[in-house]
Amino acid sequence: MQFLTLHGVWRVTLAAVVVSTLAACSDDDPAQPTPTPPPAATPVSYEITLTNLSHEQPLSPVAVVLHSEGSVWGVGEPASEALEVLAEGGDNSDVLALPMVLANASGAGVIGPGMTESITVTINDVDDALLSVVTMLVNTNDGFTGLNGWSTASLAVGDSWQTMLPVYDAGTEGNTEAAGTIPGPADGSGDSPGYLSERDDVDFVAYHRGVVSADDGLPGSVLSSVHRFDNPVVRLTVTRVE
Amino acid sequence: MKHLSIRCAIGALFLGCGVSHAAELSVSVTNLTQGMYFTPVLAIAHDDSNSLFEVGETASAALQEMAEGGSLAGLAAIGDAIVADYANTEGLTAPGTTQTLMLSTADSNTVLSMVGMILPTNDGFIGLDNWPIPTEAGTYTLYLNAYDAGTEVNDEIRGGGAPGTPGMPVPPPLEDLVGNGGSGVTAVETNTTVHIHRGNLGDSDMVGGSSDINLMTQRWLNPIARVTVVVN
Repeated sequence: MQFLTLHGVWRVTLAAVVVSTLAACSDDDPAQPTPTPPPAATPVSYEITLTNLSHEQPLSPVAVVLHSEGSVWGVGEPASEALEVLAEGGDNSDVLALPMVLANASGAGVIGPGMTESITVTINDVDDALLSVVTMLVNTNDGFTGLNGWSTASLAVGDSWQTMLPVYDAGTEGNTEAAGTIPGPADGSGDSPGYLSERDDVDFVAYHRGVVSADDGLPGSVLSSVHRFDNPVVRLTVTRVE
Repeated sequence: MKHLSIRCAIGALFLGCGVSHAAELSVSVTNLTQGMYFTPVLAIAHDDSNSLFEVGETASAALQEMAEGGSLAGLAAIGDAIVADYANTEGLTAPGTTQTLMLSTADSNTVLSMVGMILPTNDGFIGLDNWPIPTEAGTYTLYLNAYDAGTEVNDEIRGGGAPGTPGMPVPPPLEDLVGNGGSGVTAVETNTTVHIHRGNLGDSDMVGGSSDINLMTQRWLNPIARVTVVVN
């Protein structure tokens, strides 16, 4: 926590001033500053609970990150490489390792439609971090959902906050819905590489327009009506547990 | 707004201050889509006895003009008649982009409404209906849905933007993005009141088929726009 850090520095500085004043007043017996023992770390934990509201869009293992600044994406801005990796292939490791991340946690696995998972993330001595949560809708080309840099500062221990999440499109892969381009089970080919570094779409993040599916007339789509979705796609609850 | 609060505190001694509502607003609209465009977006502060549109009611001629062709002339005339404060963004708001305008509002203009046509559609528009302008300084975020004016058949084929002219207007930036030769998705519009837009259907045939809209790129899910209002 920046405030605590500043406060700590200020206290030390003040102590130094007092010590030097004392030293100036005393004769030859220099005051021995008592080193302040480092305060015990205070863990701050949040439980993040996601419920998958879609009909048939499993969610990839969730990335939960706490950071002091920045965001994981911005509407109208190109996706980071880390977000592209998650949004195209469902691999959360690069988002978890973003340089700005102070603490992270990964979901245990895929969250199926109608299923709920709770994930706990813990950080020491910081109670106003920004929280981001990201997960892919795996039966899409590059659709994802999540929470982007939400300030946890308002949450006291025991408080909860709930929101509903829309679906975003990373804009890094054309929404062809074709065999070999979708990592989820709807792609029967079983050989989708998921992430490809090539960007063949608009190259900016925005809200997702929905999948079309073969049932609605997209030639070559491996998706059917069951894979369609609407906003919101996830109910998310954040509870500060310590 | 600190400045106003002080003025209010002094004014309250003599006049009462509950009605003081004048505000300096910065209004930003973000196109949340990857393939739809907005015609110039009108932001208008007015008193809460007026309304640009009501769901479930027939659109005014001025709203129809905006929703079918993007013209704000009729709505501006109404704005003048009701002594509203208004401004509009310039040109098209492209997918993923943001435009910002400034608006000074009079005491009596306590609510904010916004509209702009969505392209390519027949008579789709983004809408904000009588949002109470906060008296407290701060940044407020709103999400807008896409509405259908109910004044034109959603045939999804090229046409004109004048009220009553069938088909969609296709201004230059969209010329190569919209197909040709569609036979028309439908010939009837059952709900002729303002309602939530059902979305574009589109097809994959750029030179025929039933629709001139591209089914892969020119669809959306609500919300379609984000509005950020900074009350200074």
